[in-house]
Amino acid sequence: MPRIAENGISGLNFGSRFPIFDGLMKARVTVMPKKSVLDPQGVAVRDAIAHHGFPQVSAVRIGKVMEIEIDDAGPDAEARLHEICADLLSNPVIEDYVLQIEG
Amino acid sequence: MKAAVIRFPGSNCDQDCHYALQNVFGIQTDYVWHKDSALKGYDLVVLPGGFSYGDYLRCGAIARFSPIMKAVSDYANNGGLLIGICNGFQVLTESRLLPGALVRNRSMHFICEHRFLRVGATDNPFLNLAQPGQVLNIPIAHGEGNYTADQATLEELNANRQILVRYCDANGTVSDAANPNGSANNIAGICNANRNVFGLMPHPERACEDRLGSTDGNLIFQSILKHLGVRAVA
Repeated sequence: MPRIAENGISGLNFGSRFPIFDGLMKARVTVMPKKSVLDPQGVAVRDAIAHHGFPQVSAVRIGKVMEIEIDDAGPDAEARLHEICADLLSNPVIEDYVLQIEG
Repeated sequence: MKAAVIRFPGSNCDQDCHYALQNVFGIQTDYVWHKDSALKGYDLVVLPGGFSYGDYLRCGAIARFSPIMKAVSDYANNGGLLIGICNGFQVLTESRLLPGALVRNRSMHFICEHRFLRVGATDNPFLNLAQPGQVLNIPIAHGEGNYTADQATLEELNANRQILVRYCDANGTVSDAANPNGSANNIAGICNANRNVFGLMPHPERACEDRLGSTDGNLIFQSILKHLGVRAVA
């Protein structure tokens, strides 16, 4: 369905800050461990890359990406997503998040 | 006296906690399902170990939003005794009932073994029968027990005597070599400022009978009973 929309009438939304078509919103949340928090997973992967013959790779940090779809996104959808990001999707004690609204 | 053990999908130390409370100490103990929303008439509530909700997102993150946790928070905020063991400790930090967070062990390994713990503060309901500096032999079993908090929080925990147990060697020396998971200041367990919420990664319920290799966990349960003015059966 989204494909049809993109090829069709979604042009109406070009230039809009919120890529909303019929209230559908897509968002991408990236959660990363804070710089101050040791990321042993990243260290283990960095070491594996070195063993793989690429010792110039000096740092790897591992986080997670979440793709979110919202039906009937209202005008407050972005603000509510920020709330969810800070409250559930990331733990502000150890992680930072970036919220991107996508088409 | 009555105790409750909260069961989340994925809890797997709930029966151990129930056994320790009911069979070893003779305390009437109920299981309370995570979808329940009432928690009335309990003198002690235990959040047991396990992998609540499969550790999805972060350990303890989803459990925090289960219906029972509102009642658990209200219970704790009203001064009720609450103890979170292992995954229960993770649920407590995620719920902000305790400060800091528990992240992946620095070794990346799941560690399941007996460890020595040095008792810190004893002016609380959980260790009032222990001596400061006493060494306890209690097992750990976790992959995410690496306690972390910012410097200000760590200083506050120390100043307020909220650090109840730290990883040490058999002689009670707290050192990096005796730190199994990379926890800040070797922290194994902390309580809140009001001293009614205790979270710890080690499993006292797995050290409650001789045949388990240690009975040092009993000191924690006996301290709780003493605080509540209950004489234990055991």
